[in-house]
Amino acid sequence: MRYHQAIHDVPLIFEGCNEAVPQDIESELDGLLPRNLQRARLDLPDLPEREVVKHFVNLSQMNFGVDNGMYPLGSCTMKYNPKICDDISSLETVANMHPLQDASTMQGALALMFELEGMLCEIGGVDAVTLQPAAGAHGEFTGMHIVRAFHESKGEERHEVVLPDTAHGTNPASAAMVGYDVLDLPSKDGCVDLEALNAAVSDDTAAFMLTNPNTLGLFEKEVREIAGVVHDAGALLYYDGANLNAIMGKTSPGKMDFDIVHFNPHKTFATPHGGGGPGAGPVGVKKDLERFLPVPRIVRNEERFELDYDRPDSIGKVKVFYGNFAVLVRAYVYIKMHGGKGLERVSELAVLNSNYLKQGLTEMFDMPYGDLRKHEFVLSGKKLKERGLRTMDFAKRLLDYGFHAPTVYFPLIVEEALMIEPTETETKDTLDAFIEACGRILSESPDIVRSAPHNTARRRIDEVRAARDMILSWRSYREKTQSI
Amino acid sequence: MSEIIPDLKYTKDHEYVKVEGKLARIGLTDHAQSELTEIVFVELPSVGKEIAEGEVMANVESVKTVSEVFAPVSGVVKEANDKLVDSPELLNTDPYGEGWIAVIEVSDAASLASLMSADDYRRLLGE
Repeated sequence: MRYHQAIHDVPLIFEGCNEAVPQDIESELDGLLPRNLQRARLDLPDLPEREVVKHFVNLSQMNFGVDNGMYPLGSCTMKYNPKICDDISSLETVANMHPLQDASTMQGALALMFELEGMLCEIGGVDAVTLQPAAGAHGEFTGMHIVRAFHESKGEERHEVVLPDTAHGTNPASAAMVGYDVLDLPSKDGCVDLEALNAAVSDDTAAFMLTNPNTLGLFEKEVREIAGVVHDAGALLYYDGANLNAIMGKTSPGKMDFDIVHFNPHKTFATPHGGGGPGAGPVGVKKDLERFLPVPRIVRNEERFELDYDRPDSIGKVKVFYGNFAVLVRAYVYIKMHGGKGLERVSELAVLNSNYLKQGLTEMFDMPYGDLRKHEFVLSGKKLKERGLRTMDFAKRLLDYGFHAPTVYFPLIVEEALMIEPTETETKDTLDAFIEACGRILSESPDIVRSAPHNTARRRIDEVRAARDMILSWRSYREKTQSI
Repeated sequence: MSEIIPDLKYTKDHEYVKVEGKLARIGLTDHAQSELTEIVFVELPSVGKEIAEGEVMANVESVKTVSEVFAPVSGVVKEANDKLVDSPELLNTDPYGEGWIAVIEVSDAASLASLMSADDYRRLLGE
């Protein structure tokens, strides 16, 4: 089946409207807002609702998302988000709550969060969880603060965080944000090199950050030994939850001796990807680190739930209120719907789909680092070079067949990397269609592939110009176009 | 196949060194620029800075990745190629000419001996 994306000529929303109309609002606000906080003019676009709806519906038809096609973006885990999770988080009783309400009036919400923390403890193999962080990387940032608080509580000052060269880019960034120096550890056969780790850690090492299965989709079999080396040096072991979706119910970060864990509900429990909007990145810890978690903690006092701010060792708040509640509700619904056995099945299918796809593509590409994978795998597109093509060209051509491109050029240790993660939500028919499309692209004329995509609303994007000449707002667009 | 200039020195990190008396002019090889693809931003070292071999000297950002440029020799930064600030594409179009990154005054001439010859570098690339 050939794919053709809708193409509409959609002007910017500000272009289609009349000049902004000043709204006379002053008189109504007197008595409600102090004069110095009032504005006499608001430059609002003057458009009827009908035009606004047309604008955004047309744009959405020129978009590609998990709801209209396979999106095998490795590492990102773009799985389908069940609509019931949206339905429940949109219920009036959820959507109309206000975080400034008194705890006595939001017992249901607190009960839900308390129960969700408990479920995450079980899935992660940890003893306590905070729901406050607003994203996975924010969870890392929170985790690194807990690392710091832990060492400081022992009167120690440690300066270094070690991580493997396959780590997600957010890991070194989060460690650096908290003030740590970052030491990059070269991998061996795609996994942590235990000897190199042994040589790298010292009494200056604060933590080792790891994700298991790792970025190549390989399970770090020596994880207990890794934990031993890290703990012997007096450092903490941090689990990046990016790949937890591959092991639910089979094992847990806690069983692998990790001390701190962050969860990515969008990857593991199918909440929508934040994309800069509201997200969640709960953090779990082992018992002896619980006292450092952000305040407030949700505590149960007989049948009542309360917010406890009295935690002198806490790292403090990392976000206003209690995290992005509506996202947490979606994760709660997802976990409740699946149950323990269901979540285990999710992981099994994610791994099965990944290996089925890998098997289908193995003849077409180079496959560095071993065979069996977990939920994702990395191919090398270096053979494409013989035909004057790059991985980027192949990825762009996939769009013409109605598939979102996989992650490309990551991890950096694989030449011309193509990182593919089908997730458990794709059917066998879809996986077969993807394999067939890949085979077809490899037999096409290089000119067609190099100039792809052809069937999308926009052709090949000029990434160089986009990076060098950024226009990020209507105002800067207007300034740029007027200066020409 | 990428271009390799016979009388330059090379590193395993795909940098070249053009020895000009006590000065070492440093840039990325043609292979490096081709792997990085279009370069959009360069962070240069400050002139006068003392730098040790293996230390990060500059950062290069392409549409594909951000990459560190390591100092191939120890010494003092004498010049940085300011042209790259407005025209980072020179790293792609003329890596061995106008696309040089910095000049280091070499503190220990012996360290130049450990750099690779053009033939060694060709072998490293397997070309």
